Amino acid sequence: MMARPMGSLHFQKDYRSKKREVFEDILEERRQSSDLHYAMKCYTPVLYKNLTPCKPSAIKAAVLTSDQLQYVMKQISLESGDPLEVIQEQAAEILDEMGHNLHMGAIRLFALSLCKIFKKLFRKVCVNEEGIQRLTQVIQEHPVVLLPSHRSYIDFLMMSYILYTYDLALPVIAAGMDFMSMRIVGELLRMSGAFFMRRTFRGNKLYWAVFAEYVKTILRNGYAPVEFFVEGQRSRPCKTLNPKFGLLNVVMEPFFKGEVYDTYLVPISISYERILEESLYAYELLGVPKPKESTSGLIKARRILNDNFGSIHVHFGQPMSLRSLASGRIHRSQYNLIPRHLPHRPSEEMQSFVCDVAHEVELHQISNMVLSPGVLIAAILLQNLPAINYSVLVDQTLSVKDLTESFGGSLDWPDSMPSCRVVQSSIELHSNFINTVDGQVTLLEYEQTGDPNKELIFKSAVSVLMCASYRNQMVNLYVRPALVVLACKISQSLKKVIEYIQWPLRKSGYHLGTDTSYEIFKLFQFLRSVFTKEFIFFPGFEEKDFEEGCFLLTKCGILHLTSHEIIMNEKGASAALFLSRMFQPFLESYQLACIYLAMDVCETFTEKQYVSGLRNFIAHRILAGVTKCYEALSSDIQKNTLASFVQMGTVKKVKSYPVNKDSHPFFHPHLGFLENGKTRVFFIYQEDCKYQISHLCKFLKYRYTDKNIPTPPIGFLENGKIHVFLFSKTNLNTNFQAFNIFCF
Amino acid sequence: MNSSSTRLYNFQFICLPRSRSIKPSLPVPAGSRLTLPSLERPAAHCRANRHRPLPEAKGCRGRRKSRGASLSARADLHGRQEVLKWNGWGYNDSKFTFNKKGQAEFTGKRYKLSGMVLPALREWMEKTFGASLDHKTTSRASLTLSEVPEAVVNEGFLQDIIAAGISYSQDAEDRVFRAHGHCLHEMFALREGMFKRVPDIIVWPACHEDVVRIVALACKHNVCVIPFGGGTSVSNALECPEEERRTIVSLDTSQMNRILWIDEKNLTAHVESGITGQDLEKRLNEFGYCTGHEPDSMEFSTLGGWVATRASGMKKNIYGNIEDLVVHLKVVTPKGIVEKSCQGPRMSTGPDIYHFIMGSEGTLGVVTEVTIKIRPVPEYQKYGSVVFPNFERGVACLREVARQRCAPASIRLMDNAQFQFGHALKPQVASIFTSFLDGLKKFYITKFKGFDPNQLCVATLLFEGDREKVLQHEKQVYDIAAKFGGLAAGEDNGQRGYMLTFVIAYLRDLGMDYYLIGESFETSVPWDRVLDLCRNVKERIARECKERGVQFPPFSTCRVTQTYDAGACVYFYFAFNYRGISDPVHVYEEIEFAAREEILANGGSLSHHHGVGKLRKQWLKDSISDVGIGMLTSVKNFVDPDNIFGNRNLL
Repeated sequence: MMARPMGSLHFQKDYRSKKREVFEDILEERRQSSDLHYAMKCYTPVLYKNLTPCKPSAIKAAVLTSDQLQYVMKQISLESGDPLEVIQEQAAEILDEMGHNLHMGAIRLFALSLCKIFKKLFRKVCVNEEGIQRLTQVIQEHPVVLLPSHRSYIDFLMMSYILYTYDLALPVIAAGMDFMSMRIVGELLRMSGAFFMRRTFRGNKLYWAVFAEYVKTILRNGYAPVEFFVEGQRSRPCKTLNPKFGLLNVVMEPFFKGEVYDTYLVPISISYERILEESLYAYELLGVPKPKESTSGLIKARRILNDNFGSIHVHFGQPMSLRSLASGRIHRSQYNLIPRHLPHRPSEEMQSFVCDVAHEVELHQISNMVLSPGVLIAAILLQNLPAINYSVLVDQTLSVKDLTESFGGSLDWPDSMPSCRVVQSSIELHSNFINTVDGQVTLLEYEQTGDPNKELIFKSAVSVLMCASYRNQMVNLYVRPALVVLACKISQSLKKVIEYIQWPLRKSGYHLGTDTSYEIFKLFQFLRSVFTKEFIFFPGFEEKDFEEGCFLLTKCGILHLTSHEIIMNEKGASAALFLSRMFQPFLESYQLACIYLAMDVCETFTEKQYVSGLRNFIAHRILAGVTKCYEALSSDIQKNTLASFVQMGTVKKVKSYPVNKDSHPFFHPHLGFLENGKTRVFFIYQEDCKYQISHLCKFLKYRYTDKNIPTPPIGFLENGKIHVFLFSKTNLNTNFQAFNIFCF
Repeated sequence: MNSSSTRLYNFQFICLPRSRSIKPSLPVPAGSRLTLPSLERPAAHCRANRHRPLPEAKGCRGRRKSRGASLSARADLHGRQEVLKWNGWGYNDSKFTFNKKGQAEFTGKRYKLSGMVLPALREWMEKTFGASLDHKTTSRASLTLSEVPEAVVNEGFLQDIIAAGISYSQDAEDRVFRAHGHCLHEMFALREGMFKRVPDIIVWPACHEDVVRIVALACKHNVCVIPFGGGTSVSNALECPEEERRTIVSLDTSQMNRILWIDEKNLTAHVESGITGQDLEKRLNEFGYCTGHEPDSMEFSTLGGWVATRASGMKKNIYGNIEDLVVHLKVVTPKGIVEKSCQGPRMSTGPDIYHFIMGSEGTLGVVTEVTIKIRPVPEYQKYGSVVFPNFERGVACLREVARQRCAPASIRLMDNAQFQFGHALKPQVASIFTSFLDGLKKFYITKFKGFDPNQLCVATLLFEGDREKVLQHEKQVYDIAAKFGGLAAGEDNGQRGYMLTFVIAYLRDLGMDYYLIGESFETSVPWDRVLDLCRNVKERIARECKERGVQFPPFSTCRVTQTYDAGACVYFYFAFNYRGISDPVHVYEEIEFAAREEILANGGSLSHHHGVGKLRKQWLKDSISDVGIGMLTSVKNFVDPDNIFGNRNLL
């Protein structure tokens, strides 16, 4: 029942002993018996043992009268000068706006319509019943927080549907406010347990206080499981997003303040064979705003009901006890000296704990995702644009299948079917972007003939991003071994560079390193640090990640290790190539972002400016035929590059807070006076990194024009190590590889 | 059996007829400072009288045969030792047993429960613990002398003690008797094992001057002194440090048990530290006074022990805890005598030096004389009880009572498990009528008022003072209780609640015969955390037991025993059936450790009144900060640089 304590989190163990869990198709039964009967079934969910039964209205009253909220309201009243009653009314309004409202009738109606819809849309909805059993047990013992992955709006409908099917308490869901505007559906959702939070309420103290107290009250009472998404939003690129910590902090608080004995976190992985919003996501990533959720939009969308969306796998992971996660790490006694109703800024220790837990949850989600054959096909196709021979594709799919399985991924591969049938049916399922012509599999709309223009680029990009959104489902599984392979390759090419430019090295007495495994580790470490915002790594576990990558590669015969060396095997060359090419688009996107940053950027910019600037820049490059990296157009990658620059110190993040102009005019040398009333986030390109970036740029130009490795300016030597093209002054040592990422 | 008019246990001194005021039995000139000829004994005289010069002192050392020779002295010196169990709690004649019918009985004549049959106890034990009368363990019948560790004797010290004419003993039984308190593992050691280290010599000072001499000799010969009062410690405080190589001298204060004077103008009494709680009250009662300090161990614990551990009494709401009661202290330390030069009721003279002593747990010196506040014996006493639908409401009520500062002499709230436990100790009902009444009451509460018998909990109350004020006070408290859904549940229930306190220690001995082990521990906690702490600690205990393979759910229960302005004292009982566990004491200790950790994590204190001893030392640093430890250490280093008082408590 207890999850492994933090720190012992090591996935190697998982790979060795991972038991394939059995999934049950819950639609199967629905197809055979009456839905109405199902919706009217006797619904008596198991409840938390310490629950004092109460109505939603009682919960709302408890929230409004809670010490916490009272305190914040008094504070706000004092600060703003508004009478307390006004603030209280506002709080009550906020609560009404977001408060859920559980109605059995609504649930039954919901269950009925959902199962009709699901039966139309999906072939199968598979659930691991063992996970359900674990959940059932935990729900009775402790307050439970459900943490599903978020790929689609279907996610929480699906969650409620499954819990209803298994006679479990319907979760109270912290969902985005967008739904509010969907009239009937919004109300229905609310009646079936969803409550809504505004997408952003930064700076709205009252809103946050009401919201946090609401969540905590539900947890303390054990009223129902709380459900929210660690990723914070639907992942447009379908790759697990870096976690958000706000809500996780809130749900942990009752435990740390001793108000509940324990809280269990349940990571849940929901894998779609085909995602409803696939094309929408691609448009969004390319900067076309998504249509606002509206009921009429939903009705229009019903045409998708005629489409086939394959199967869904929902995996309920091992419930993790917050108590055992925190034991030995967090001293709960730190909460002893301040009244518990006072807002408490989490200590640094606490923040890093929350961050670790969030990552652990996501890593569990990732490792329990079920990959469909379409994911493998997408990954292969992307490496073989514009087209790949069908039979080659089948062969490659099979070998990638083996690779995936030995990396510990779960595959939904129908063993009873011949493999070409499996591939065929997957291609059919994804026929909206994959096409088969004369035995050649191609991407629809990709690089059609004609004069290259922006519109064609856009069309190609949509296809590529849609295809990438499937490949993305497996990148987090592959990232550790792939980065090791990349590090090995970079190390090899670095040696070539060194041979090429022997003279400065010999002069300074440099010897080729004998301890290549250490060098490779340093390279791995660097790549990992560049990509921390892109992929999910457990904070600080660099060596373990490296070891894990090496372990998996050795297991597959791609590498073998000696005491000082890591050697790539010849027979694993094709797999290694597959791995490195899978991550090529990411490397290239980051490269492009670097060039953009060095060349085209003014000193101060907002994220919006950066994204649109970078997008134009890349579009031009593609038009010019310099690059084919359509994925770099994705705003998700672009935002990640910015975050990565911030983390590396190349770019600095500045927040401007709403200020009273008269008393404290906020003046910034670059930004000037800031407008009032809004918090804005700015980025400042660091002056002291300019020199390095311009060097980098020069170098990259060389590379792009001559394709020759240039002699100058590689860097300098220190302690027998080459330090090249530093991104920032702060981390000199790790960045000796900064250059290598580009010369690879 | 006029049960309602007397208290539960028959210490005559507290046994106040309810509705009759008591006149002091001695006509005392009001307002005069009394010297008490009957009690006053010049030190020299006393020694000549009571103390054997012990002509065959050498032969006496640890030899049983010499016992006869010094029998009269022994009877005096061992007064308490003779009537108390050597391997369990309390008096030899009082214990729980199962009679031939398999019904539980409490033997002896000392307590109200004595001689009664408790028909529900057996079933309760079986139901709660899964215990069975067929599975029995037995303690060894008597001490195995050969197992007692060899004494380490500092001859020089011994000779000087003999020369000073101070009573002493090297008898093995005497030494083992003073080697322990009443922790679970200590009881286990007595029943089945042996201590690794026990005192080597027992000395019985008869007065302050004797203590001064003994401490001086201890310093001279560098021996270790461990003061011994009532021996009721539950914090390992009396355990002799295993690694102590010097002679360990147990300084038994039991002969210093006189009230030296009573000052009626200032309402103080000057008392020697070795007097037990019950003797102190009994003798003060003779003059119409009391201290009102009634810790649960008061039958055996001593005034000096209370001071050394910062004791707390049941009726502290009226009389205060020991730190509120002490007016003056005399303490013999290796550096000399600590005392203040006046008896002013409050001083601003730097940090209060008495607070170095109170709670010092015998690490700095021996408390020899205490001036303690006294009060006239209250005119009227009344028990009461209130039933609440659940523990939450009960705690809310106690909080309100504390907020209004109208707590009765004692107010305690038992949780449901303890309420049921109390029921198991109900004696056989004498008449059909009483049982009918009981049934009626039960029906009223559970059916008519809708209380869930598995949720409800009971607060017990004790009011003291003028009759009128008591009745008024009673009404006020019941009115508050009513606001929290509390129903008055009669005096009997209240009495039974307080009885539980005194007999539960005896029950542990019975449990140990049937594979049940248990212990109590306590904490103090701010009001807003009381409920969370109680719930989490009980849950933690249950889970830890499960994890360690305890086969039956443990009995873990708590009660709120004291109310303060800013918080409450919570008292836990925890017991489990250890059948199938190879090292029950270790398992018990691990679970208690976890429970204490949970208490601290939930904002509870390390101890409210049991003290730190050696049992809770490891947490002291986190509790009082590194600097705090440094402060205590430097006091210790100054007062006792050679660690003469080397029991190694606290630090």
